Amino acid sequence: MGRITLDKVRKAFGDVEVIPPLDLRIEDGEFVVFVGPSGCGKSTLLRLIAGLEDVTDGEIRIDGTDATRLSPSKRGLAMVFQSYALYPHMSVRKNIAFPLKMAGLSQDQIDAKVDGAAKVLNLDSYLDRRPGQLSGGQRQRVAIGRAIVREPSAFLFDEPLSNLDAALRVGMRLEISELHKRLATTMIYVTHDQVEAMTMADKIVVLNAGRIEQVGSPLDLYRAPRNVFVAGFIGSPKMNLITGPEAAKHNAQTIGIRPEHLAVTDGSGTWTGKVGVSEHLGSDTFFHVTVEGFETPLTVRAGGEVSLHYGDTIHLTPDPAQLHRFDAQGLRIA
Amino acid sequence: MATQHSRSAARVMMAPAVFLLLVWMLVPLILTLWFSTLDYRPMRGTFDCCEGLGNYTRFVTSSAFLSSVVTTLQLVGGVLLITVIGGILLANLLDQPIWGQGVVRILVIAPFFVMPTVSALVWKNMFMNPVNGLFAHLFKALGLQPIDWLSQAPLFSIILIVSWQWLPFATLILLTAIQSLDSEQMEAAEMDGAGPISRFYHMTLPHLARSITVVVLIQTIFLLSIFAEIYVTTGGAFGTRTLTYLVYQRVIESQNVGLGSAGGIIAVILANIVALVLMRVVGKNLDA
Repeated sequence: MGRITLDKVRKAFGDVEVIPPLDLRIEDGEFVVFVGPSGCGKSTLLRLIAGLEDVTDGEIRIDGTDATRLSPSKRGLAMVFQSYALYPHMSVRKNIAFPLKMAGLSQDQIDAKVDGAAKVLNLDSYLDRRPGQLSGGQRQRVAIGRAIVREPSAFLFDEPLSNLDAALRVGMRLEISELHKRLATTMIYVTHDQVEAMTMADKIVVLNAGRIEQVGSPLDLYRAPRNVFVAGFIGSPKMNLITGPEAAKHNAQTIGIRPEHLAVTDGSGTWTGKVGVSEHLGSDTFFHVTVEGFETPLTVRAGGEVSLHYGDTIHLTPDPAQLHRFDAQGLRIA
Repeated sequence: MATQHSRSAARVMMAPAVFLLLVWMLVPLILTLWFSTLDYRPMRGTFDCCEGLGNYTRFVTSSAFLSSVVTTLQLVGGVLLITVIGGILLANLLDQPIWGQGVVRILVIAPFFVMPTVSALVWKNMFMNPVNGLFAHLFKALGLQPIDWLSQAPLFSIILIVSWQWLPFATLILLTAIQSLDSEQMEAAEMDGAGPISRFYHMTLPHLARSITVVVLIQTIFLLSIFAEIYVTTGGAFGTRTLTYLVYQRVIESQNVGLGSAGGIIAVILANIVALVLMRVVGKNLDA
């Protein structure tokens, strides 16, 4: 079981309120991702749940019981840190065994569990090495191994992939998702990378300045961002946000259109602009187009083989069904 | 130093410094070695050659030699024990966020700046004096019989004085080590269910191993040559005669330079043996 409920949880460091009162429900077995720009309080929120920071006000319940004042080890949660936080003077085996040893298990039980975890994570051949002798990806796996042997009610991940190179990150992303499917345990995952959030989450919590901007499934957030912040944050490349007279035509303060919902049309289109820098990815090409009267250039996704060059004139037509409108407060107009 | 040319140029330019250091080190050593083979007693005017190893056998077979070696080891061991354990505890305390941390840390280092002679005099007269010392007053206030520290527990008193001087050094080195301990590691251990004591035992102590080694090695080198504290307090009486002090007595009090030089050479050899043993025992912490 791993149902976590936050009830009006507030955190302040001295006079500075980092997290204004906040409510959140995390269901058993869910993969929840906290995402937001750096300094938005997502790590603090995770540490509040872990018990590494004291809650200023409010209540945290784990499986229905009040855990607000419980010490971290009593909450039955396991955490994977950004720096992995492996114990450098212990072998991989001892690292993974440490929580079990602290729990006072017998040596036989410890060995069985460590071997089991090592098998799951492909660490068999590294068990006698020290963390210093492992690569980043292997260290990451050891850290996860140390978390899973405890059989916690929920896993907490604090930006676990940010120290890995791009290729490894994609691999570990899959491995963590795979692990979640197999263990079916609640996982809370903090990241600033919206790609990680979109690909892994059952439920994304978008945070900004300590406030929850929107909670929902990745596609909910993609299809119907509740406000300008979420619209700009979710999706890659970013949604084009247009203000001014063009937005006023649609009775909105801001309109948004994703690069993939802009069609390149021959001859004429809604908007006409000049091609700036283009990014060729093979499968796709992203054009940065400056349009007369728009403050920022538009990003447009086109097929991989479109041949348009710097300075060419381009005609663009947005898909009207995919046009997002926002009012003066930045909220979505349905 | 990439090229042949720059290498030889470097050699030429370093030569004067190397030469000076060699002279600085070798001349006294060779003089001592030479004196140790002589019957050299300046007050009697004897300066006779060819004692051979006579001075050495005389020094080693004298009744004072063995007890002085034991005393030296007791002194060094006692001080190491107190400073390392005390240093770890103090460093842990000083690592806590407290008000006036900076001032407290500077105050803790202060004893290290006090000259050995001065601190020994202060301890002897202000703390350990059986009539006017602060300890005597404390004992009397508690209704106990004051102890004459320097005659009833002379070696322990000297260990106490020397430890007081070296505790700041150990504390300082261990404090910097504790500060470099990764806080995420401690948090991970906390989440893994380790209480404060097991966190200390499983995380802090292994992390400190290397610094403890450095403290032990450096302190041993200096503690083997402790002199002023003994000279000022007991003058080598009551079983506080260390090897260093014995050499001093042979040269100055007995005016036997030959015998003292032999003792000096023996002290150097013994110090090297101690250093070798230490490197074997704790030196492996310095690797990896």
